[in-house]
Amino acid sequence: MTDVQQTATGAGARPVDPIAQAVQPRRRRRPRTRNLWANVVPSVVILAIVIAVWEVLVRSLEVRPQVLPPPSRVLEQGWAQRSTILEHAGATLQVTITGFAVSLVVAWIIAVSIDFSPVLRRGVMPLLVASQTIPIIAIAPLMIIWFGFGLLPKMLVVALVTFFPIVVGLVEGFNKTDREVTNLLRSMGGGRVKEFLFVRLPSALPTFFTALRIAITYAVTGAIFAEYVGAQQGLGIYMSVQKNAFRTDLVLAAVLVTAVLSICLYLLTFAIERLVIPWSFKERKARSAK
Amino acid sequence: MRSDMPNDMLNDMPDDVAAGTPRIRLDHLFREFELGGGERRQVIDDISFSVRPGEFVSVIGPSGCGKSTMFNIIAGLETPTSGDVLIDGAVANGEREHTAYMPQKDLLFPWRTIVQNAALGLEVQGTPRKEARRAAAGLFAQFGLKGFEHSFPFELSGGMRQRAALLRTVVQGREILLLDEPFGALDSLTRIEMQTWLQEVWAEHSWTAVLITHDIREAVYLSDRVIVLSARPASVRLDVEVDLPRPRDLSMTTSPEFVRIEEQLIEVLHEESRKAFEAQKALR
Repeated sequence: MTDVQQTATGAGARPVDPIAQAVQPRRRRRPRTRNLWANVVPSVVILAIVIAVWEVLVRSLEVRPQVLPPPSRVLEQGWAQRSTILEHAGATLQVTITGFAVSLVVAWIIAVSIDFSPVLRRGVMPLLVASQTIPIIAIAPLMIIWFGFGLLPKMLVVALVTFFPIVVGLVEGFNKTDREVTNLLRSMGGGRVKEFLFVRLPSALPTFFTALRIAITYAVTGAIFAEYVGAQQGLGIYMSVQKNAFRTDLVLAAVLVTAVLSICLYLLTFAIERLVIPWSFKERKARSAK
Repeated sequence: MRSDMPNDMLNDMPDDVAAGTPRIRLDHLFREFELGGGERRQVIDDISFSVRPGEFVSVIGPSGCGKSTMFNIIAGLETPTSGDVLIDGAVANGEREHTAYMPQKDLLFPWRTIVQNAALGLEVQGTPRKEARRAAAGLFAQFGLKGFEHSFPFELSGGMRQRAALLRTVVQGREILLLDEPFGALDSLTRIEMQTWLQEVWAEHSWTAVLITHDIREAVYLSDRVIVLSARPASVRLDVEVDLPRPRDLSMTTSPEFVRIEEQLIEVLHEESRKAFEAQKALR
């Protein structure tokens, strides 16, 4: 940003706050790759150690693969079954995405309505909290009784486990707007709708993306859980079947794929956040550089 | 008394009479708040004063005396319990379209660039985005912000952010500017620079403005008149004309006339602050 400031003062404009500018710290640009490495390397090292210990112990103690296969066998067998596993993963991804989409739409509708109506807020919020006390483990089989083995009951399970953090994130985000900003907007002639569009909505977006990240990690496990109870396809039912066949190695291979899927979706939220609210990224980066 | 006339008469006055009409007139303003349990707290007790078109008036008073409530009433954000706000002679209680308000914090939105922030008021009022931003951009040079149109607020210094906030206020083209301690959060050097700058810009535009401040020197330096409010409930304790020539520069702040006014204000303000302090102690 220093180059912008130089052109500004150099263009013959009124010299702007020489004092304040001198005091402003120069922002160092750290190479992004180094940053990434610093974040990723420690966890990769720990993971590698755990896997190595696992491999060595299982082999030296001659544990039966039905009980605990060595990581190498998990990879090997998983690779051999890759087309089947990928097919199931595709089904799980579909459930996750559609269920999450439903969850997003519902969460936004509820959160915006709550923001506009204090009565609704008092009425709906306790019910939402109550909805989170329902044990999914009990409700998922019922969903299948009610809605069959198709997509719908699984979407509903995913939506049920993910919409709550999104609603809470949005409602709290909307409420971050302080009284003075409201007064400013009102003095400009804005009513409640304009206040929402000009202030409450944009200021809620960073909180929304944080909530989105929490929710998306629940989404994949939610989908797998729903499939586990009963499905025609999906990683959940695949794990269930392989477990019954004592193919522990393939269960673990499916677990690995699940983890990869979750992490990819999690990382995707950062990419979307960056596209939707680039200002938030820039601001955070500037702050951390100070 | 003009304030005793019915409003329609005021509105129907011929132009030559209306020329003497104050831009703002506060007419026996009272304001109480319900505290619950049937208790009431009186915040404003009979404030009356006027501001002429193009006049710069500062309001000082002890902390918590009710300045902000008075401001909110002028801005139309609150209504008086009794009494009236008259704008250009017409009762304007609760009307928001006459004033542009600048709060102490800059309240620039981090998701908007400076030019987008500056255009906020116009956009909220329904001016098409492009047009609003063009209008705002036109003032950037004068506000020392040229070249920063597309920067984000966090990239600017405190003084620049305050200027951007002021730009957002004046570009709305309202008849009256209400400035609530606009420089209160700045360090003292930046503050003095801002006052000097504002003073210069003011000389060119002659906006009508009411400024709330705690800084007596700032009040005298910038204003045509300084009003001192009493401890709560607020009433007008002193109304001093600052008869110093414009444009003013910093050297003027040491002139005998300046110092005399400053001393007069300090004395009254301290007296009121002591009262406010005693009243607070008595409450405990």
